[in-house]
Amino acid sequence: MTTKLFGEPVRRREDARLITGRGRYLDDIGAGALAAAFVRSPHAHARIVDVDVDAALDVEGLVAIYTYEDLTGPLAEPLPVLIPHPQLTAPRTGYPLANGEVNHVGEPVVMVVATDRYVAEDAAERIAVTYEELPAVVGVDAAREARACVHEEIPDNVAARHHQETGDVEPALAASPHTLSFTQYVERSAGMPLEGKGVHARWDADDRSLRVHTSTQASTSVRAAIAAKLQLPLDQVEVVAPDVGGGFGVKIVHPWPEELLVPMAAIALGREVKWTEDRREHFVSSAHERQQRQEINVGFDDDGRITALDVHVWHDHGAYTPYGIIVPIITATQLVGPYVIPVYRVVVESVYTNTVIVTPYRGAGRPQGCFAMERTMDRIADVLGLDRAVVRERNLIQPSQFPYDHHLTFQDGRPVVYDSGDYPALLEKLKVLVGWDGIDALRDDAEARGRLLGVGMALYVEGTGPGPYEGGHVQVLGSGKVLVSTGLTTQGQGHETSFAQIVASELGVPIEDVEVTTGDTRRFPYAVGTFASRAAVMSGNAIALAARGVRDKALRIAADVLEADPGDLEIADGVVQVRGTPGASIPLRTVAVLSNPLRYAFDEAAKQATQFAVQASNDRPPVTPGDAPGLEHRDYYSPIRSTFASGAHAAVVEIDPATWEIDVVNYAVVHDCGNVVNPMIVEGQVLGGVAQGVGGALYERMAYDADGQLQNASFMDFLMPYASEVPDVVIDHQQTPSPLNPLGIKGAGEAGVIPGSAALASAIEDAVGRRITSMPISPTELYDLMRSETAERTAASGRRTGVGA
Amino acid sequence: MKPAPFRYADPRSVPEALEVLAAEEGAKVLAGGQSLLPLLSMRLAAPATLVDLNRVPGLDAVEVTADGVRVGALVRHAGLLAHDGAARVQPLLARATANVAHPAIRNRGTTVGSIAHADPSGEMTSVLALTGGSVSVAEPSGERAVGWQDLFVGPLETSLPSVAVVTSAYFPALPPRSGTAFAEVARRRGDYAVCGAGVVVTLDEDRRVAAVRASYVSVGLTPEVHDLTDAVAGAPVEKADWAAAGALARTLVDPDGDLHASADYRRLLVGVLTERTLIEAAAEAAGGFQ
Amino acid sequence: MTVSIDTERTVRLTVNGVPREATVPVRRLLSDALRHDLGLTGTHVGCEHGVCGACTVLVDGTPVRSCLVLAVQADGAEVTTVEGLARDGGRGGQVLHPVQEAFRECHALQCGFCTPGFLVTIAAGLEARDAAEEITEEEVDDLVGGNLCRCTGYANIKKAVRHAAAAMAVSAGTAAGPPAISAETAADGAVR
Repeated sequence: MTTKLFGEPVRRREDARLITGRGRYLDDIGAGALAAAFVRSPHAHARIVDVDVDAALDVEGLVAIYTYEDLTGPLAEPLPVLIPHPQLTAPRTGYPLANGEVNHVGEPVVMVVATDRYVAEDAAERIAVTYEELPAVVGVDAAREARACVHEEIPDNVAARHHQETGDVEPALAASPHTLSFTQYVERSAGMPLEGKGVHARWDADDRSLRVHTSTQASTSVRAAIAAKLQLPLDQVEVVAPDVGGGFGVKIVHPWPEELLVPMAAIALGREVKWTEDRREHFVSSAHERQQRQEINVGFDDDGRITALDVHVWHDHGAYTPYGIIVPIITATQLVGPYVIPVYRVVVESVYTNTVIVTPYRGAGRPQGCFAMERTMDRIADVLGLDRAVVRERNLIQPSQFPYDHHLTFQDGRPVVYDSGDYPALLEKLKVLVGWDGIDALRDDAEARGRLLGVGMALYVEGTGPGPYEGGHVQVLGSGKVLVSTGLTTQGQGHETSFAQIVASELGVPIEDVEVTTGDTRRFPYAVGTFASRAAVMSGNAIALAARGVRDKALRIAADVLEADPGDLEIADGVVQVRGTPGASIPLRTVAVLSNPLRYAFDEAAKQATQFAVQASNDRPPVTPGDAPGLEHRDYYSPIRSTFASGAHAAVVEIDPATWEIDVVNYAVVHDCGNVVNPMIVEGQVLGGVAQGVGGALYERMAYDADGQLQNASFMDFLMPYASEVPDVVIDHQQTPSPLNPLGIKGAGEAGVIPGSAALASAIEDAVGRRITSMPISPTELYDLMRSETAERTAASGRRTGVGA
Repeated sequence: MKPAPFRYADPRSVPEALEVLAAEEGAKVLAGGQSLLPLLSMRLAAPATLVDLNRVPGLDAVEVTADGVRVGALVRHAGLLAHDGAARVQPLLARATANVAHPAIRNRGTTVGSIAHADPSGEMTSVLALTGGSVSVAEPSGERAVGWQDLFVGPLETSLPSVAVVTSAYFPALPPRSGTAFAEVARRRGDYAVCGAGVVVTLDEDRRVAAVRASYVSVGLTPEVHDLTDAVAGAPVEKADWAAAGALARTLVDPDGDLHASADYRRLLVGVLTERTLIEAAAEAAGGFQ
Repeated sequence: MTVSIDTERTVRLTVNGVPREATVPVRRLLSDALRHDLGLTGTHVGCEHGVCGACTVLVDGTPVRSCLVLAVQADGAEVTTVEGLARDGGRGGQVLHPVQEAFRECHALQCGFCTPGFLVTIAAGLEARDAAEEITEEEVDDLVGGNLCRCTGYANIKKAVRHAAAAMAVSAGTAAGPPAISAETAADGAVR
C-alpha cells in the first residue's frame, strides 16, 4: 500500500541526511577553495576618493584583490533591474563593486581572495579606502521630505509612483456617511535565514566550463545572469542550489555582486573560490523589508460597510531597485484582503534611502497591506462602537461572489481575480478557535491577576503561485527508480517529499523509488524560482503533468506488450496490470527498459530491449514516429493567473501594566490553501510564519541611526525570537480548492507571517486602550505611549470604563 | 568574522601566566571566552597574545565556608549554579547565575571572567557589589584582594594592571536574618537584561526592617549598591512599604537609554523590580524566623 | 621562559570516538577546525558570535558553542558533533539517536541548518536527566531555549523533545511508549 500519498502527512525524505549532518550546504562545498572577503562601505553615503591596497599586499596568503577598475565588459555595468515596470521611472542599481560612490553601509567596494577566510579578512582590514561623506537619507520620512537625495539625479528620491484605482474615489469619499483618515507606520525587518548567502565557483579550464553553487532561490536565472555578465555561452555555465539554509525571500534577489565576482575570480585565478557570507555581512549587504508610511482615508456607512478607500503609501526601498516595484505592487493589490471595496485608489511612492536594499521578505508587502486594511477595520469598529468581527463580517466577499474581480493588476501583470474561498466560514472558525465571544470573561480574569488582556484579529488573502511558469521532468529508469526534477529551488519547504508524493500518486509507484532534484540547472534548465508561495502550485502541477505524461506513455507501451487496451490498464505499486486480470501485468521498470529499443545489452535488464529479444512489428520503426526513446516526460505548468489563498489570525495578549511587557497567551490560525499535498509540511510552514509574524510585531526591527549606521547588526541586538518568545499556536484548516490548476492547490509558504503585526497591534490596542499606529512595538515604546499626553485613546476603552474617549 | 592573528599560550600555573603577561605586550587573559571570543571574531578586540588560563590546575574550585563563597577563576556559571553549598551560604549566586545567558554559554563562561570583564550588564558584577565581595588578584609582587568598589572603573574597565590574573572572587555569606531575591526584565529570555535587580533585606531581632540594599544590572556605567533602608527602616517586615523603597530606588539610579530601552523605561523597571524583589526577599528573611 | 607562545599548534582530540589531529593557527575557531580542517561539516555556523547555537557541539559531554572556543583549547578533549549522535548499528547501518528520530517524526526541521545545534544540545540534556521522570514543560523550554530557528516556529521542536524523552523512557524500561504524534502518523514513504 503505497501510492495514494497526495494529502498524507508523509515524513520528510530530506530529513535523513539533515539530522545526521550529511546535508550539503554552500560552505560544506569546496574544501580546498580560496576564500573571498570584502571591504564594505562604512558610510551610508559617500564618494570614494581613493582605494589604497598597498598595506594588504604583504599579507601572507593573499591571492588577489579586485576593485571596480578590475571589472570589464558587462560586469562593469550596473547590476540588472530584474523586474522592469513602466511606473518604475527612475530605477537604480549598484555595481558589483562600488563605482565611485556608495549608497549604504555594507556596499561592497573591494574583493579580496586569499588562502582562507581568516587571511582574506586580514588583507581586507589593511585596505585603506578614503571616502568623502555625503548627507545620508535614512527612513521613509526623510526620503519623502527629500532635504537630501540618495541619487543626485533623483532629487525627490522617488523611483516609482505606483498607482491603481477602481473608480472615482474622491466623490465616493465625499458621499460616505462617515470618513476616517489616519497615518501609520511599519518598520524594517528581514528574512534572516540561519544560513547566509554564499557562492562557490569552479572553472574547468580544459573544457571551459563553469560550475557555480550558490545559496539561491533562483538558480536558472543566476545562471543566465552569470553567462550574460561574464560573457560565457549559457551551455558552459551550470548553477546548482545545494541544501539551502533558509531563504524567506532574500535569496530570490540575484545576481548578488558575489554571484558574479566569485565566478569571475575563479576563472581569472584558475582556482576554486568560495565566499561564505558572515552574519554581519548579511545584516548590512543583503536585503531588508517592510518599512512603510501609510496614509489612509476610508469612507463607510452606519453599518461599518466600506464605501471608499484611498491609500497613499510611502515605501522605503533602500539604496537601489534591483527587484523593481514588486513589493509596492503587492502591498497595493493585496491590501484589499477578503473585503468588498466599492471604490479603491492606491498610490505607492517607492523611495530611495541610504540603507540596505528592500526586496521581498516572506509576505513581501502583504503584511503591510494587511496592517493597513485590518487596522482600518478596527478603527471603523471603534468609531461605530461595533464588534471588530462584525465589521469585518459585513465587508467580506461572499462565497457566491467567486470568481471575484477586484479590477486591480497583480505582481504578475495579471488581474487580481480571486479564484475561490470562503471568508465568512474562515472568520466563524476563527472566532470559535480563539473564543472571541468569551473574551470579556478572560479580560476580567486577567484584571483580577493585575494584567491587561486584549484580543485582536486580522484576515488576509494571499495571491500565490504566480507565473509565468515552472516545469517538471519525470523519468522512470530500468531499475525502477523514478527521477524527478524541477528547476526551482528548495530552502526547507520539503519539496523532495511533497513532489515525490505527487509523482507517487500520479504514477502509481512507491515513494521510496522516487528521487527529486530541485534547483540544479544540469537537470532542469528552465525555471523561474521559489518565491511568492509558488513552488507547490507551479512545480507541483508541472510535475503532476509530467508524471501523467509518463503514465500515458507507460500504458501505451505496456498495452502493446500485454496486448490490452491502455484504458484497461492501471499502475499500482510500480506494476502495470490489466484491471481485474491478475497475472496480466508488467513491472513499470520493464516498461522503462522496453521504452528504449536497444542494440547493446549493457546489463541483464537491458537484454529485454535489444533488437533480437523484442518481438517487434515489422510494419513500424522501433521508435514510433512522434515518440521518443525512454520512459520520461517533461511538462510545464503556466497559470492563467495567480491563485488566492486566505486565512485569519487572532491573538490574545496579556500586558503587565507595571513593566509593559507583552505576553502573547493565545494565537489562533485558520488557514485555507486549497488542496493540501502534505498537511504536516503545510502546518510547519504556518507555524514558522507565525513565529516570524510575532517576531516582526514585537521584537525585530532594523535600528538605523540618522547617519545610516545599522545599530543592531548582530543576533545579540536584532531580536529574532527564541522558543521562549513564540506563543503556542492553535490551527484550524479549511480547504477551498483552486479551480485554476490540476491539483487544486494554493500556495502556503508565506501565509503565516502576513497578519501578525495587524492582529497583535489590534490585541495590544484592545488591552491598553491606546491607539497603536506603528509596529513593531516594544515594552519601552508601549510605556512611552501609555504616558504620552497626546496618544489617542480608543473609543472602546472609554466605553468599557464608562468614561468617554 | 574571524579573529585577527594573535599568539597563544596556555600556561600551567598562575606564575607562568603572569610571566607571559609580563613578557608579551598587549596580552589578554582568556578564561571562558564567551564575551571575549565574539569581540575577537568581530575584530572589535585584537590582543597580540592570549593567555589561556584553562589549563592552570586548581582554579576550578568553589570553596564554601560559613563566612562566604570563594569561586575560582575557572568555575563555570553552570558549576556555580548547580553548587548547593554555595547557594545555601549566599543564595544570590545561584539566583543571579540562572539569569546568565543560555545553558551552553553558562557551560563555558566563567563567573570570575564575567566579573573581570566588568560589563555593567553582567549579572555577576552586580552580585559581587551587592554582597560586598572582592576578587583575589595575582600579580608578580604577590596575591592581593581587591574590593568591588576598587575594582570597577568603567564599562568593560577595571583598575587591574595588565600583568595580573584574577584567581578567584569572594562573595561574603548572606547576613543572618536576611533574605535575597534577584529578577530581570530582558527582551528575550537569556538576553542581557534591559534591567535586573538584586536585593538583600536584613531584619532586626524584632522582625523589623534593619537594612535594605539593592544593586542593578544594565543600569549605570559600573555596578553600584544602593541603600534603600531609609524608605522602610524600622517597619515590621509584613507592613513595610516596599513600593516606597522602589520609589526611592528610582531616584537614586542614573540609567542610560539604548536600543532596547529608554533611560526612563529603565528607571521605571528599577522601581518595579525593586519592589517585587524586596517583597520576595522580605518574605524569605521573615521565613527565617519560623 | 618555559611557557610556549605559539601562532600555530597541532591539536589532538577525539571526535565522535575517533582520534583526530590537525595543525592549525591558534586563532582557528573550533567550529572552523571541525568543519574545514577535519571535514565534519555537519556542525553549522550561523552567527559566529555565540547567539544562534547552530554550532553547538559537546566538549567532554557538555554542550558549548564551538564558535566561542578556540580549536587549541579543545586539545585533548572529546568532542561529539551531530555526525556522532547516531550509533553504529552494525553491517554499516546506523541507529539514530532518539532525538534524531523524534525530529524526523515530528517535523522539527525545515531547512535543517540550525538542526545540528538543537540535536546535540537536546541529546546531551536528555541523556543527563532521569529518563524515568516525565519531562516537564520547563525542562523542554530549557533544552530548546538557547538556539535560534528561523523556519519552524519551535512548536515541532518542542514536540520532538517530548517525543524523544518518552522514547528514552521506554528504552529505559520505565514507560509504555512515546505519545502518538497524530492519528495519521506516517513514516517516511509509508502510510500506517
